[in-house]
Amino acid sequence: MGNEDNPGVAVRGQALSPERRRFLGRLSIALSAIAAAIVGIPVVGFIIGPLIQSEEPVWRQVGAVSNFQVGQTVKVSFEDPSPMVWAGVTSLTAAWLRRLDAERFVAFTINCAHLGCPVRWLPKAGLFMCPCHGGVYYADGTVAAGPPPHSLFKYPVRVRDGQVEIMASAVPIY
Amino acid sequence: MVGFIRKILSDAVDAFEERTGLIKFLGGIARHPVPPDTGWWYVFGSAVLVCFIIQVATGIALATRYVASSGSAYQVLNYITYKAVLGNLLRGMHFFGASAMILLVGIHMIQVFLMGCYKYPREFNWITGVMLLFLTVAMGFSGQLLRWDQTAVWATVLAAEMIGRTPLIGKYLARFLLGGKTLGGATLSRFLAFHVFFLPAAIFTVVGIHLYLVVHDGISAPPVRGEKVNPKTYRAGYEKLLEEKGVPFWPDVAWRDVVAALVVVVTIVSLAHFVGPPALNNPPNPSLLANDPRPDWYMLWYFAVLALLPRGLESVFMVLAPLAAFVFLLLVPVVWNKGERHPARRPWAVAMVITVVVTIIAFWIEGSRSPWSPDFDAKPLPATLVRSNLAPVINGAQLFYDKGCEFCHTVDGQGGARGPNLTDVAARLTLNDIKIRILNGGGNMPSFAGLLSREDLNDLVSFLESRVRQPTQISGGTSVPVATASERIARAANDPAPHFSK
Repeated sequence: MGNEDNPGVAVRGQALSPERRRFLGRLSIALSAIAAAIVGIPVVGFIIGPLIQSEEPVWRQVGAVSNFQVGQTVKVSFEDPSPMVWAGVTSLTAAWLRRLDAERFVAFTINCAHLGCPVRWLPKAGLFMCPCHGGVYYADGTVAAGPPPHSLFKYPVRVRDGQVEIMASAVPIY
Repeated sequence: MVGFIRKILSDAVDAFEERTGLIKFLGGIARHPVPPDTGWWYVFGSAVLVCFIIQVATGIALATRYVASSGSAYQVLNYITYKAVLGNLLRGMHFFGASAMILLVGIHMIQVFLMGCYKYPREFNWITGVMLLFLTVAMGFSGQLLRWDQTAVWATVLAAEMIGRTPLIGKYLARFLLGGKTLGGATLSRFLAFHVFFLPAAIFTVVGIHLYLVVHDGISAPPVRGEKVNPKTYRAGYEKLLEEKGVPFWPDVAWRDVVAALVVVVTIVSLAHFVGPPALNNPPNPSLLANDPRPDWYMLWYFAVLALLPRGLESVFMVLAPLAAFVFLLLVPVVWNKGERHPARRPWAVAMVITVVVTIIAFWIEGSRSPWSPDFDAKPLPATLVRSNLAPVINGAQLFYDKGCEFCHTVDGQGGARGPNLTDVAARLTLNDIKIRILNGGGNMPSFAGLLSREDLNDLVSFLESRVRQPTQISGGTSVPVATASERIARAANDPAPHFSK
């Protein structure tokens, strides 16, 4: 029951025409969607922020070169690349560091290439072994047995001013 | 005076009802007619709801002390467990409440499936139930991580690695889970948000729909042999049944739910008091590696499935199996929404349930044994088990430990179970076979060709050659003496070692 000359226009005291009802219904849905988007975009953006936030790898000192003997593999601990003040001990991570010769080092991640469990070094056996599903690696990180699909991941290592430095980076995801 | 107070209260209730209509509304729901003779099989749904209420109540109480800081949560957990008044009991109630909820969701689902309650017109109730099953498991897992000890930290890494196997978006999903590229400050807050906001909000919503549908479509009548569901006639038949024989839900049926609720509450509180919550592991320091992460009991069977899968199927299975299970369960009422409901007339349905339950129990037992995991707690074999004064055998026993053999092989009940039991290996393998296995490895065993000197290899073989269970071997029906240890050692030393590459 709208204006007879212009059926789309409402007249005070009269019911809305079907066309105007449809228009107002659609307008309400569209405005609601806009309002939801205005609130939702920053909310979702904040939640998925870690996916788009860049975290640069950082070199971490793990000890003087003289602390490591040629041919030996030892565990070294260091801070992850983006430690937060409230992270406490969870900001720590580790690597298996092997001194190859006077100048060269290799650092393996502690995470098994199978499912990320912490591998252990058995010095007398010369093997890395995983406690979860029994993955085994040789001293050079290559797969010796079990389910790991590939060798242990490696961190970049360098020697600066007599200090061994490891590039702390992301948890390796297969 | 009493009459005056009664009148004031009565007037207040009337005024409240006149303005809200809530008493009539809720009373109508409570007394809605349901089919007769529903019996005890129908209490499991409400028992799950009771568990959820316990989880909400105990969860809110625990949240008043919990600190979602990666650096402090472990100390807070220790405080709640060992110092806070009733903290140990509350943690136990929350843990056993979660366990009971998962167990009862499973039983409820089996009951609904076997009785054909998911058929027309209750398909959507089944679908919301499936959603609640997965949400409940997600709640359980996220709750295990909030314990925030070393096991929780490594379980988080495992979850990230598993979700990371998703094609194309795996790395992003893993980062979303961890709250960044590494485990750290953002991780725990994330799990807390999942555990106390996202997932409970989803559960509240879906439970609301689930309960609305229970009232809207009515509680299904107990199945009768030969009485088939026909979508065209079902509603009329159900209405007629309620009209003729229906009984009010409250209290005719509800009393059984209340009894079941009390049993659930008493069981959970008793277990919390007498057994207590799971002990906390070491602090959540990811640089400490002496850990063997594994899930809580309800996910142990899946842990076993992943461990026992043939290689190559793992990545596919990890991602697709939960998805396939979810889709299959969603499709159950779409595909089979009519026909027989009684389990006696649905042998395939019964067989399916038995198969699934037996399979889960079998994997669960394997998961609790975890024979595929090396036993790092194994100690060097004592002299009483070495049973020899000969230097090569004694040295071989030490090498058996030092080289990691014992972590995977059992000798006289000591050691891991990943590889074959070597208690009587000398009765099964020749000296050459033993050397070949050691040098060449294979399957789950590494090659030791480059890891053992010739002398060490001979000593190790000497030790293994001395491993016989019986004093005599039976050969062709004739008892022959076993070679003496010294004879075996001489053979081991003189036998040319086969040369095999890695």
